Amino acid sequence: MFKFLGLRLLQAIPVLLVVITVTFFLVRAAPGGPFDDEKAVSPQVKAALEAQYNLDQPMHQQFFSYLIGLVQGDMGPSFKYPGRSVDELIFQGFPVTAELGLYALLFAVALGVLAGVFASLRPNTKQDYIPMSAAMVGICMPSFLLGPILVLVFGLWFDVLPVSGWGNSPGDKILPSLTLGSTYAAYIARLSRSGMLEILSQDYLRTARAKGLPEHTVIIKHALRGGLAPVIAFLGPAFAGLLSGSFVVETIFQIPGLGRFYVQAAFNRDYTMILGTTVFLSTLIVFFNLLSDVLAAWLNPRLRYQFK
Amino acid sequence: MQPLLSVKDLRIHFHTRNGLVRAVDGISYDVHAGKTTAIIGESGSGKSVACYGLLGLIPKPPGKVEGGTADFGGKDLLQLSEAELRKIRGRGISIIFQDPMTSLNPYLRIGDQMIEPLQLHFGMKKAEAWKRATAVLEEVGIRDADRRMNSYPFEFSGGMRQRVVIAMALITEPEIIIADEPTTALDVTVQAQILKLIAELQRNHNIGVIFISHDLSVISDIADDICVMKNGEIVEQGSRQQIFEQAQHPYTKKLLDAVPDTHKDIVENNDSEFLVVENLCTHFSSSRRAPVVKAVDNVSFKIKRREIVGLVGESGSGKSTIGRSILRLVDPTSGSVKIEGTETTALGYRDLKMLRRHMQMIFQDPYASLNPRMSVYDTLAEPLLLHKIATRKTLDSAVFELMDSVELARESVLRYPHEFSGGQRQRIAIGRAIATKPKFIVADEPVSALDVTIQAQILDLLLELVDRYELTMLFISHDLAVVRYIADRILVMCQGELVESGHSDQVFDNPQHPYTQTLLKSVPGKYLHDEIAAG
Repeated sequence: MFKFLGLRLLQAIPVLLVVITVTFFLVRAAPGGPFDDEKAVSPQVKAALEAQYNLDQPMHQQFFSYLIGLVQGDMGPSFKYPGRSVDELIFQGFPVTAELGLYALLFAVALGVLAGVFASLRPNTKQDYIPMSAAMVGICMPSFLLGPILVLVFGLWFDVLPVSGWGNSPGDKILPSLTLGSTYAAYIARLSRSGMLEILSQDYLRTARAKGLPEHTVIIKHALRGGLAPVIAFLGPAFAGLLSGSFVVETIFQIPGLGRFYVQAAFNRDYTMILGTTVFLSTLIVFFNLLSDVLAAWLNPRLRYQFK
Repeated sequence: MQPLLSVKDLRIHFHTRNGLVRAVDGISYDVHAGKTTAIIGESGSGKSVACYGLLGLIPKPPGKVEGGTADFGGKDLLQLSEAELRKIRGRGISIIFQDPMTSLNPYLRIGDQMIEPLQLHFGMKKAEAWKRATAVLEEVGIRDADRRMNSYPFEFSGGMRQRVVIAMALITEPEIIIADEPTTALDVTVQAQILKLIAELQRNHNIGVIFISHDLSVISDIADDICVMKNGEIVEQGSRQQIFEQAQHPYTKKLLDAVPDTHKDIVENNDSEFLVVENLCTHFSSSRRAPVVKAVDNVSFKIKRREIVGLVGESGSGKSTIGRSILRLVDPTSGSVKIEGTETTALGYRDLKMLRRHMQMIFQDPYASLNPRMSVYDTLAEPLLLHKIATRKTLDSAVFELMDSVELARESVLRYPHEFSGGQRQRIAIGRAIATKPKFIVADEPVSALDVTIQAQILDLLLELVDRYELTMLFISHDLAVVRYIADRILVMCQGELVESGHSDQVFDNPQHPYTQTLLKSVPGKYLHDEIAAG
């Protein structure tokens, strides 16, 4: 098990290296720079600024000093927020984003699994069509549309929930979590349905019924574990997607999370901030993929056996 | 004596989109304590539905019990509610399913699955149930049962899994066990062990058994009473003796005749060697560190022109790998394969294609080996065009000629595989194989997926084609009766090695190697063959 984990973590190193290299050179290849503003600065000031942030050095030298810093846990200073380091900004924004992502995921899993399993029990009937059509709508509906609709309905018409903010007033975390989670809930619903349908036709469920087990035991004890395997495999990528894809929701609801820093950094050509958030999110994606593999293995004895 | 279960005029219909299917149409049978009632029929005859329907284990809808009674201990099973039926399932009546590979939950430990009925029906505590389950596991012949309770199904072989399934059915000491083709998925030596085990347990616990099978040989060994089912009806029923000695109904007679028992004349007066295999080794390894699997290990044999050689062995013995190695579908590790003097192991891609025109393969599963999106015409035309045997102009007549030779109706030329029965599909597959006018055919279990009457037809077709097109054939099978029927000579494989070879009679009547002797002893149907020999 530990050998497997170690091996997988080692495999992450080249992946991250490629991500860093590509991002590093891509942001620099994009037109414009961090100190190009509508208001032109004098060449002397610009040169002094670039010297301060080592932007006057040759490209490869910048690259290697960035790498060395990164290994030591230093992602450099932000170009746009003078006096603050990228590490500081990330660790300020990440807890908020992580909390939002976690609630969204919990909501997505709870609703998705419930709807998917429910639909799979009576395939091709109303019990199947209604939740699955809703899921289709959920997949198609972008969060920048769903968010304002929810705000309109629950914030303005019924006036039961706050329309923006994070942790300032009770219940203000509900709408952003629902908005962010709904697409994933829809995916999970479809995954659970197809996974369950496959398992429900297996012979071993007939065996379970032939023992005299009541139907709910057959479903929960015998079918769920296999049927939800695709969902488990999807959880890692889903959580990573929630973290990196939260900026729209954070913008709509005025949430001080990582996503907004990320987007602003890109607009501002804040090289170190873009790189820092990219590396940080890539690491998380690799980690969560690994986590869902481990989880899948834990649930499936056959895979578990291979790790030993 | 009062029967344990008495089924009267049972009718189960399926209301499908394509109309009403009378799966079970007015059948009656009894099951007695300590006795075996066998239901024999081909696939689709309704034999499984006739049993599952009693316990409410058929999909409803489309299935519906239309009438009849099933008296079990004073209660009519067909009138019970779902909750009342659940108390009988696994307690009064247990089921042993056909395929042990799929009938156990792969995600749960054997022990957890075995104790379920005990906890459910007797309200036992887990520790107590676990102890009892361990004891039953021991009783069905699983060694080291204490430790094995913690194993998962995939850690067992097929035969061992079936023992677990049997233990699970037996654990509540039911009065009746329904055994639905319990040995069909197993090798012949394992089949013999399992049949013996069921008979033993039946005797010890005085259980009534309903034994569902399509295999007359198996039934002849174990049944007390026999019901012959066809199209949802019982066409004939009686004691074993009555059925085997005084069969009345034409269908029963046809079933009895279909059991292969004779064999063809041996091809004599030719000694030109067609295929020479010397020291053939084919090894596999899944990774560099994994141990090498010697699928075929140092095998040598010869096949003469126009000879049918049977290759016999259990699953995993390497018999399929030999066939594939000869055709270079897998590359042999070492050794030599000469076909009409040409060394095939060294051929390049172009020469191999030439060679393949003369060597064809027929696969086991006609459901899987035909492309579902190609009509019969396309399937048969493809090799004809590929090897430039027919031109666009002559293609139609060439395809029709092929269909005639495998006895397929010309009208069905534009149909797709799913519209055909298993036997017809195998005819299409055979047609495709002979399309290139090959000299050599490797037939890998070509009839083992087919019902017994269909089996006989396909074997006869193969014999006829061998004769007409002067084919040489390597016939791979685990079914000794089939091999004896068709083969001139027999090779016996065990764990990658050739342990015995010789003329069919010689091998069957006087086996030399201990493995061959075990194999022959395990063949079911002693009673049946004695009957045939006697009269």
